[in-house]
Amino acid sequence: MRAAARFTLLRSLGLIVFTGLILFLVTETVSDYRNSQVATGAYFFAVLAGLTMLAGVGGRISLGHGAFMAVGAYTALLLIGKENWALAPAVAAAAAAAAVVGLPVGLATTRLQGPYLAGATLAFAIGLPALGDKFSGLFGGENGLAVNPPTPPSWLGSNFSLFRWEAWIACLGALIVLFVLYNLVHSWLGRSLRAARDDAIAASLCGLGVGRLQTTAFVVSAACAGLGGALLGAVVQQLATPSAFGITLSLYLLAGVVVGGLGSLGGAIWGAALLVLLPNWSNDLANSFSLSTNVRNNLPLAIYGAALIGLMLVWPGGIQGGLGALRRAIFARLRGRRRASAALPATEAASDQIATDRPV
Amino acid sequence: MTKFIDLTLSGVSIGAVYAAVALALVLIWRATRIVNFAQGAMLMVTTFIASAVITSTGSYVAGFAVAVVAGLVFGAVVERVLIRPVESAPPLNAVIVTLGLYTVLIAVAGMIWGDTPRSFPAAFSLRGYRVGGTDLLFAPNDTFTVLVVVGMAVALALLFKGTSVGLQMRASAFAPEMARMLGVKVGRFLTLGWALAAVAGAVAGVLVAPSTFLGPNSFDPILISGFVAAVLGGLDSPPGAVIGGLLLGLALSYVSGYEGSALAPLAALVILLLVLLLRPSGLFSATKERRV
Repeated sequence: MRAAARFTLLRSLGLIVFTGLILFLVTETVSDYRNSQVATGAYFFAVLAGLTMLAGVGGRISLGHGAFMAVGAYTALLLIGKENWALAPAVAAAAAAAAVVGLPVGLATTRLQGPYLAGATLAFAIGLPALGDKFSGLFGGENGLAVNPPTPPSWLGSNFSLFRWEAWIACLGALIVLFVLYNLVHSWLGRSLRAARDDAIAASLCGLGVGRLQTTAFVVSAACAGLGGALLGAVVQQLATPSAFGITLSLYLLAGVVVGGLGSLGGAIWGAALLVLLPNWSNDLANSFSLSTNVRNNLPLAIYGAALIGLMLVWPGGIQGGLGALRRAIFARLRGRRRASAALPATEAASDQIATDRPV
Repeated sequence: MTKFIDLTLSGVSIGAVYAAVALALVLIWRATRIVNFAQGAMLMVTTFIASAVITSTGSYVAGFAVAVVAGLVFGAVVERVLIRPVESAPPLNAVIVTLGLYTVLIAVAGMIWGDTPRSFPAAFSLRGYRVGGTDLLFAPNDTFTVLVVVGMAVALALLFKGTSVGLQMRASAFAPEMARMLGVKVGRFLTLGWALAAVAGAVAGVLVAPSTFLGPNSFDPILISGFVAAVLGGLDSPPGAVIGGLLLGLALSYVSGYEGSALAPLAALVILLLVLLLRPSGLFSATKERRV
């Protein structure tokens, strides 16, 4: 057991070193514009990874994670702008603040299931901004809060790109989330959550505190959303306004998680890429034709919606699930050809199928 | 006191609209176990169609009738084309499909009719009844709204409880396998459930459009309130949807009247959490046995 735990730790360390290297190379080579997209994708990943643990591993839906991003963003901006905190402790405090807000919400919703849970978290996402309106002196009302962009340290050279520095910070945050969640999902917590998701009654008969487990998952995912929100507010946009955290954001986060592939951290990467690139591509596509204003303004939205529907119809398991099925099909075909020549037993393919069917 | 009466009356009027939207969501939930996030966009499209008909013919009745028929067809088509393929997939997939449909419909409406909200005619006068020298916050059009929604709820209740079609619809929703074995064409009745839901939504859209105006995003708040109302009442219960809608309408009307409209969403959250803490499946849910 202990050896397995250490193995998970090693694997996760290897994973983040590898991912970090790739991200470093990417940010070295691409343009400023692409770097700001990398930063955006990184904070989306932080949020989606937390949400995929909650929704995929824990089987709990939330339509309120946009509000937790708002909590994180506003906390970070208040601490940096008004209290002159440094960036790192402010982002950590933002994640903690979102977790603190998430605890009562998680506790209050433990008895709820499916659409009732969705309704309660949706009401939370709509109700929370009302508080911001009530204390508009502190939160800056409709104009929101703004801070100065983070400055790259001097040892990186005087003409180090600001966008690359922002991408580095955001990617660091995403890697921390990846590390923590990878270990959580592969720990007793992840296993217990899966047990509670598949059969809550059987799990509680085995001595698992189902309500407490699900509340824990909710709090952790809220903290991830808070961290993502802080990265959005303090690093990438340097701005937090109420309109940026509307209900649409919560709904698109859910869409990103499901379309990426529910329950796997790899799916969160696809989801984040989708949330960044799809609006971009559809914008470019819409602008490449000469169309009337009404059509041009709305075409990106139409493409976005059609893509959501199409992906769900074609790949019910999300992008991650679809790629997995594709890979299995290719391997099965290769193996089938080999089997035809060497007459290998078919059991290997079958056991591979079972092993890869489980989400991360 | 006058203010209290005013707030009560306007709460009943907007509550009736919430009830109609909640009814639409409940009908779909009962038929296919899906929360239809596209409902707001679907009723927006049918209301735009009604608006076009009213402008060209000058007849409100014709517009209303066309909206109802358009809703019937639209709901059936959406169920057959988009929802049927994801029915066997994980439940969240259907939710994402309805979200995608919502996005597409909003965009298409923006392309055809533009993004600026326009006015929509009311069936009757919007000027409040005059009682003892003051105008009440309740106009003949509000009476019409309440009567239409109550009539629709009664008609649906009669359909479900009193007719063979209603019985087969309930059987298809609650025990599809058994119903299929007894010769009920289950798929057809699920489509009918969606079609009726879209009609309820279309009616709500035509009723509320005079006060919200008509634009691609005009009905988003109505959908969210309708969803909260449906959850309040219990998603399996049409009477629950109506009562949940009226309760929410009244509560939001009192809170915005006495404490300012900014706090209304917060009040909705508090009410919802309180109700769900006591009854996790809504006010009118049937107690379900647990299977181990």
